Amino acid sequence: MNDRGRRVLLHVALAAAALVFIFPFYFMVIGAFQENPTNDPSSLFPIGGWTTRNFSDINSRVPLGTALLNSAIFTIGVLLGTLTFGLLAGYASARLRFRGRSVVFVAMLLVQMIPFQLLMVPLYVLLTRTYGLGDTHIGIILPFLVNTTAVFIFRQFFLGLPESIFESARLDGASELRTLWSIALPLVRPAFVTVILVTFIGPWNEFLWPFLITKDVTMQPLAVALANYITNVSQTASNPNGAILAGACVLAFPVVLLFCLFQRYFTSTDVGSGVKG
Amino acid sequence: MSTSTTSQRPPDDTFTEPQRSRSLKERLLGKQPLGLVFSAPYVVFLAVVFAYPFGLAIWISFHDYIFTAPNVSVPHPFVGLQNYVTALTDPAVLRSFLNTLIFLVINVPITVVLSIVLAAALNTGIRWASAFRVAFYVPYVTASVSLIGVWLLLFSQGGLINSILGPLAPDPSWLINSKLAMPSIAIYVAWKQLGFYILLYLAALQAIPKELYEAASIDGSGTLGKFWNVTVPGVRSATVLVLILAIITGANLFTEPYLLTNGGGPDGASATPVLLIYQKALQQTNPDVASAIGVVLVIAVGILSALANRVGGGSDDE
Repeated sequence: MNDRGRRVLLHVALAAAALVFIFPFYFMVIGAFQENPTNDPSSLFPIGGWTTRNFSDINSRVPLGTALLNSAIFTIGVLLGTLTFGLLAGYASARLRFRGRSVVFVAMLLVQMIPFQLLMVPLYVLLTRTYGLGDTHIGIILPFLVNTTAVFIFRQFFLGLPESIFESARLDGASELRTLWSIALPLVRPAFVTVILVTFIGPWNEFLWPFLITKDVTMQPLAVALANYITNVSQTASNPNGAILAGACVLAFPVVLLFCLFQRYFTSTDVGSGVKG
Repeated sequence: MSTSTTSQRPPDDTFTEPQRSRSLKERLLGKQPLGLVFSAPYVVFLAVVFAYPFGLAIWISFHDYIFTAPNVSVPHPFVGLQNYVTALTDPAVLRSFLNTLIFLVINVPITVVLSIVLAAALNTGIRWASAFRVAFYVPYVTASVSLIGVWLLLFSQGGLINSILGPLAPDPSWLINSKLAMPSIAIYVAWKQLGFYILLYLAALQAIPKELYEAASIDGSGTLGKFWNVTVPGVRSATVLVLILAIITGANLFTEPYLLTNGGGPDGASATPVLLIYQKALQQTNPDVASAIGVVLVIAVGILSALANRVGGGSDDE
């Protein structure tokens, strides 16, 4: 009985903690569809006053379609870069013996120690002043092109494959490229889901860099556009709170959906190994 | 490594031309030189986006540097430590470092304690563990800009939190109160990041042998005793990692003071070094002083991380 009571208590405590984590999402979704988002605890479960005007409101101030497209281009660019160059680098550092292999690995570790914030001034100078890449998709994508955590995850998965299958492939005369494509890749398919999840959230949620490098509203990803709305435009809107929550919903929805669908791939071992190396 | 073994080939009498060229190639480039080709794009990326800007940041911090139009060449004279003196005698900069310290003192203990306790609770084989996990992870994967929009409303003057607190509500409200702005950010970041640290702790908990818990049970330890004597020492290396990552996160705050407290307000009470780097470099066009702040920040983070590693004694099992 005592043990049972303790387990009930544990469940209640965890449920209370989970509620604290989930509540702002509930508030966001409900408020986004309310004519007047509540600030009163007694009306947290509204029965009326539903509207979709908040979405058309924010759409009239922030071109949601353009902003979503820019976010999508940013994210897809980073995904493509990571799934090609990051995959190749992860495979090489795990499976191929070549001169400089350890140098590549040390470089990967060092990169994770340099904070982006130190690089933002020189990167801004280089990309906007020297290369003229301000307000371009390439300029937004470039600093994020290959996600190093993803390289670590690929490396970890390829390291986990038995050496014998590579030996027999080489004995059969398969080229390295063919070994990678037809033998190694199918075996690490779960790595792709993890890598796509981990890589997706980076550029989709990124604020600082696209904020620095875009002045042109038509080039801004949704995170930047929404932040500008929050700081500048919302004062003049009729229901700014509802519009902010509507924008927040649009920005949060794709990632939350993706995460809930594939959360079992977001496991501690995969991501942890990626972070720890 | 592989090159040295291949060069110890026994002297061969049938020494033909293609073989020699292959072994030379092998000695120079390794057994599978294709690895160089595979790694090349990533290495170029690291050089262009990390190594060169890193060097440039340090170079700028020692020179008098101004922005120019593309292809206009102006001299950038060496000025020694002058940018560092300018940065470190600026009260706003000193305030931002103090703010970071306030942040760390509040955020790091909350983060470490809550993530280890919640991970341990999730690991006891309770029901709906995966549903709880999703709840804890969701803020971590969601865009900060979205969540800050929600927190802005929740913690505003007439917001939900204050109307629940009623007469206990702080005046001025959380985000515009100079004493509460930084603690509010510290709590927001702890809430946002906690899921990721729970994830790291869950991985570390898998590595603790079950026998240790059984032995502790035989010794008569209760739940708390086992947590304190088995779990906490068992995840020590994860704790060091969590400490270091929390310090790095805390030192690099930008979005939170920029949006949540309206540009580090009130009156610089929640300004962070990165916010000042942005203001000095882009708004006041002083990239040289901004770079100096960046270098000081990186050195400070390095020292704090080394201390965390020392205190946690984590280097032996990494």
